[in-house]
Amino acid sequence: MSTELEQKAAPRPEQITYANLLQYGAWTGIVLMLITYTLYMAGVLEPHVPIDLVVTNWNHGIHEYIAATNSPVGWEWLALLDKGDFVNFIGLALLAVMTIICYLVLLPGYLKRGNKIYATICILEILVLCLAASGILGSGGH
Amino acid sequence: MAAEDMAQGGGGKPWWFWPLVLFFFCFVLGIIAVLAGVGGGVLYVPLVSGFFPFHIDFVRGAGLMVALAGALAAGPGLLRRNLASLRLALPVAIIASTCSIGGAMLGLYLSSLDPNIVQACLGGTIVGIAVLLLCSKNTANPVVTKQDAIGMALGIHGVYKDESLGQMVEWKTHRTLLGLIMFIFIGVLAGMFGLGAGWANVPVLNLLMGVPLKISVATSKFLLSITDTSAAWIYMNQGCVIPLMAIPSIVGLMLGSFVGVRLLTKAKPTFIRYMVIGVLFFAGLKALDKGLGLGFLG
Repeated sequence: MSTELEQKAAPRPEQITYANLLQYGAWTGIVLMLITYTLYMAGVLEPHVPIDLVVTNWNHGIHEYIAATNSPVGWEWLALLDKGDFVNFIGLALLAVMTIICYLVLLPGYLKRGNKIYATICILEILVLCLAASGILGSGGH
Repeated sequence: MAAEDMAQGGGGKPWWFWPLVLFFFCFVLGIIAVLAGVGGGVLYVPLVSGFFPFHIDFVRGAGLMVALAGALAAGPGLLRRNLASLRLALPVAIIASTCSIGGAMLGLYLSSLDPNIVQACLGGTIVGIAVLLLCSKNTANPVVTKQDAIGMALGIHGVYKDESLGQMVEWKTHRTLLGLIMFIFIGVLAGMFGLGAGWANVPVLNLLMGVPLKISVATSKFLLSITDTSAAWIYMNQGCVIPLMAIPSIVGLMLGSFVGVRLLTKAKPTFIRYMVIGVLFFAGLKALDKGLGLGFLG
């Protein structure tokens, strides 16, 4: 009985896969942020928005800030990866995309085992997160 | 006009002053958050919006990234120890993350009308959280005599080793539907205010659904990595994440969390708990004061 319980207490393989993937992704993102922020602060890469202009406007709402700094919205930052400020978004975006990647890795396992409920949950979550990431939503106030 | 703006935005300080102060502030916050068992976001958003010169839109965007980074860093260890349960987290996460998108959009809309509305609502919510923390009595291993049909259909059950009792504990859920409904509200609040929602996840999982406290705390922390992801994307896509302030916040809080974990064995949990409740009351009242324009707290 106790051996059976100990077996049950062990994490399922998909949980270990999820954990490993999350660990590599999260730490890669954090290391990337440290490197890119250092490049930004050291002035190695010229920023798209001068730091003084950021400081002047960070007490304003997002509308005014975007207008004053000509900052990109949605995925437009991808075109500014050579700039000191927007290169930081590589690490930030990696953190925000890790859950989608983890779910994409989980899905085949659930489909293979015929676990329709969890496979459906995975598909729905991937769709929800992709919708959030797409930039289509969130324009209500703008 | 530009000089006036600069004075307001930077408070008359050089540009590096605020990121540096933010880093050290978040480092301390990270230590306190771990010792008190709360996520960083719930302390970060009200305190930074109350005492730093940043607009609340950017504070919420950074707050979500802070909570997300903390959850992503803690998640793997919790999953490997089988304290965070994927079977429990996945059904809950789909509801909370969908609703946090709605919350984020609502928050940005209200903020575009008048940021004081969001500030005042945030203050009210934080004071409510402080009351919740003060009153809630968690149960280590709640008794669930019969699992409900939804919990059974979703296979939400498990076994974990309780080190304090030295025995294996089997757990399952009850009142699963009601619990799932509660995550609609939790998701909206998390997205609207940029808070990690651990303060709400744990009581719902533990007290309502009957999940053991350790599993609730661990699953809640992991859950934030999913819930906050959807809201974080909304804020990022709107331009509400400024690297100059967001990255010192994330790095400071994470380094503070590592130190906090090391101090955990030496700290007196009761003292820390009441200290955080006190800080939350103060931060909530400050946000309310600022939002309502009363000026009692400076």
